[in-house]
Amino acid sequence: MDPKTISIIGAALAVSIGSIGPALGEGRSVAAAMDAIARQPEAAGTISRTLFVGLAMIETMAIYCLVIALLLLFANPYA
Amino acid sequence: MMPASPLSSAIVFHAGAVPITRPVVTTWAIMAVLTAGCALLTRRLTPTPGRCQMALELLVTGIETQIEDVTRKSGRALLPLLGTLFIYLICANLSGLLPAVQAPTGKIETPAALALIVFFAVHYFGVRAQGVGGYLASFAQPKLIMLPLNIVSEVTRTFSLMVRLFGNVMSGEFLIGLVLALAGLFVPIPLMALEVLVGVVQAYIFSVLATVFIGAAAGSIEQA
Repeated sequence: MDPKTISIIGAALAVSIGSIGPALGEGRSVAAAMDAIARQPEAAGTISRTLFVGLAMIETMAIYCLVIALLLLFANPYA
Repeated sequence: MMPASPLSSAIVFHAGAVPITRPVVTTWAIMAVLTAGCALLTRRLTPTPGRCQMALELLVTGIETQIEDVTRKSGRALLPLLGTLFIYLICANLSGLLPAVQAPTGKIETPAALALIVFFAVHYFGVRAQGVGGYLASFAQPKLIMLPLNIVSEVTRTFSLMVRLFGNVMSGEFLIGLVLALAGLFVPIPLMALEVLVGVVQAYIFSVLATVFIGAAAGSIEQA
C-alpha cells in the first residue's frame, strides 16, 4: 500500500475509534445532568451551564481526532 | 476529487508583502457591521428606552449577569472583552449561513487569534487582581510539584480552545459541502439548521470558558 492509502485508512480509524470514548462520556454526563435536574429543577440553570462546559471539554477529545484525520488527509508530511 | 483543504485559506489580495486571506476580509466586514450597528443604536440613549435600546440593554445585562454567575464578582471589568467576544463569535459563526460567505471561525487562523487574545487576557487580569508576585505564586498552587502541570495547562487549554471552535465550525461546513456534493441542492438544509445551533452553542462555550479561565486567574473561583 502506498502512504496515501494508509493515511486515508488511518484518518477513518482515527475518527471512528476516537469518537467512541467521547460519545460514551457525553452520554453519561447528560444522563447525570438529567438526573440532577429531575431531582432539583431549581438548579437547572447552573447545572446546564456546567453541563455545556463539561460537554465542550469532552467533545474536544473527538475534535482532536478529527484534526488528526484532517492533518493526515490534507497536510500529510509523508504522502 | 479532493475538496479544498480546510487548513489553508484563499488569499484575496496582497497588502504590500502581507497576504490578506478571505477570513480576514470577512472579519473586517463583521467588525464594520457590528461597529456601525452599535454606533447607530447607542447614538441616542434615553432613560426610558425604546425597542432597540431595550433589546440591546437586555443583551448587555444578560451577558453581565452570566459573567457574574460564573465569577461571583462584579462583571463590569470583564464585560467589554467577553461581551465583544461573544457577540463577535455569534455573528462569525452564523455568517457562514449567508450565501457566498464562509464563517471566518471555520479557518484555523481566526480561532487561533481569539484563543491568543484569551491567553493574554488571562495573564493581564490575573496580574491586575493579584499583583505580579501573587499571580506567579498561584502557579505553584496547591503544591509546588504542580508547577509544571499548571504551566503546561496554560498552553494546552489555549490550544484546545482554538481547536474546539475551529473543529466544530469547520466540520459543520465540511459536512454540508459533502452532502451537497453527494445528494443535491436542498438536502443539506436540516444540517444547516443544526449548524445554527452548533454556532450559537460554540460561541457560548468559548465565552464561558474564557470567563472561567479569567475568573480562575483573577482568583475568584477555583482553578479550572
